[in-house]
Amino acid sequence: MAEEVKLFGACGSPFSSRIQVALKLKGISYEYIEEDLTNKSPLLLKYNPIHKKIPVLLHNGKSIVESLVILEYIDETWKANPILPEDPYDRATARFWAKYIDEKCVAAAGKAFWAKEKEREKAVEEAWDCLKTLEGALKDKKFAGGETLGLVDIAANFIAFWLRSFQEIFGVELLTEEKFPDLFKWSEEYVEHPIIKEYLPSRDELIVFLNKRLQNLK
Amino acid sequence: MESKEVKLLGFWVSPFSRRVEWALKVKGVGYEYIEEDIFNKSNLLLELNPVHKKVPVLVHDGKVIAESFILLEYVDETWKHHPLLPQDPHQRALARFWAKFCEEKVFETAWNALCSKGEEKQKALEQCKEAMEKMEEEVFKGKQILGSDGRSNLGYLDIAVGWISHWLPVFEEVGSMQILDPLQFPATAAWIDRFLNHPLIKDNLPPREKMLVYFHQRSQELSSTAQGWIKV
Repeated sequence: MAEEVKLFGACGSPFSSRIQVALKLKGISYEYIEEDLTNKSPLLLKYNPIHKKIPVLLHNGKSIVESLVILEYIDETWKANPILPEDPYDRATARFWAKYIDEKCVAAAGKAFWAKEKEREKAVEEAWDCLKTLEGALKDKKFAGGETLGLVDIAANFIAFWLRSFQEIFGVELLTEEKFPDLFKWSEEYVEHPIIKEYLPSRDELIVFLNKRLQNLK
Repeated sequence: MESKEVKLLGFWVSPFSRRVEWALKVKGVGYEYIEEDIFNKSNLLLELNPVHKKVPVLVHDGKVIAESFILLEYVDETWKHHPLLPQDPHQRALARFWAKFCEEKVFETAWNALCSKGEEKQKALEQCKEAMEKMEEEVFKGKQILGSDGRSNLGYLDIAVGWISHWLPVFEEVGSMQILDPLQFPATAAWIDRFLNHPLIKDNLPPREKMLVYFHQRSQELSSTAQGWIKV
């Protein structure tokens, strides 16, 4: 059966990287289309008219958007190497932590990095609270980053790589070995995972990506 | 089917805990309801949901699950009869997308409009109406909603956006604002009518008079301080 799978992504975006990891895990061939986020293509605007964002997955002409929604779609459509466990309670737990990472941690980290001088201390503390919670979840084995990658592991790419890269670039210390030894150790191992590694941007690519984001924000 | 203990911690006027109740009703699952005072949280709640400290929380056979949309999926996957989500993966993705959209772009903005004044309120109102225009076209004229293609069963999307039928009109009245003009949103209005009259929903709504009092008080409290973190 001829299947047409396309992914609209952007090098440097953690959300885009997640989808590439999932497609690789499942062994799905696809056409990758790199989007310039300062000059969005008509196709992107056609397939994601509501949010106009990447990633967008196109499967046999139908578009799916929002990275966590796409991950579930991929898991339900291609059954090899499941991303979500079978048991409903385990699935709910995985969804809970993936959501926590996206809705709390990514937001808190962003706030800490972009905060004005006087708001920074509070923003950093909020980010630390999130990381502390994640460290607890890691200890409880809610995500592992072992040989198999699940929903939470894939979603946690932001924490392991992007957050650590941004903290160097912005000079704001969030995830340190001292404060979060388990999470730190996990992040070191995580970025060495062969599939994850393949879809991480280089430092230069990350800087280009950040500059484009800045451009868009102005 | 073995009966295993189901408990739901909720708050009488929370649309988030109410939607889980609607899902349990669709599935015909018996549960013990525990009313939480969210302004004076019990040790039980703090123990069961230490991360967010919020309702709803479901306890099923000793397992604890939180977050209302996650709960809808848990209920759907645990009790397989009367499915809430469609079978087709693309349709499922659309349902999840629109549930999230409604929460982020309609609920948040309506709430902001309710709790703010002047320019801020106007802006939030405009954003809310803009989002509702998309909901009208894509959700209420779509295939997954009660009444579409003669559907008489409640689905995931009905339950996820159900708050619009009963809470949004209350926000409008308390906030002296109009969002749901039936002339502008005919499909939404028709769905609201069907939804409110559905046998499982009719008797499972918080009393309007009490809601008016409650939200009036909340909006006063919140408009005089910084943005409230308890969005209910």
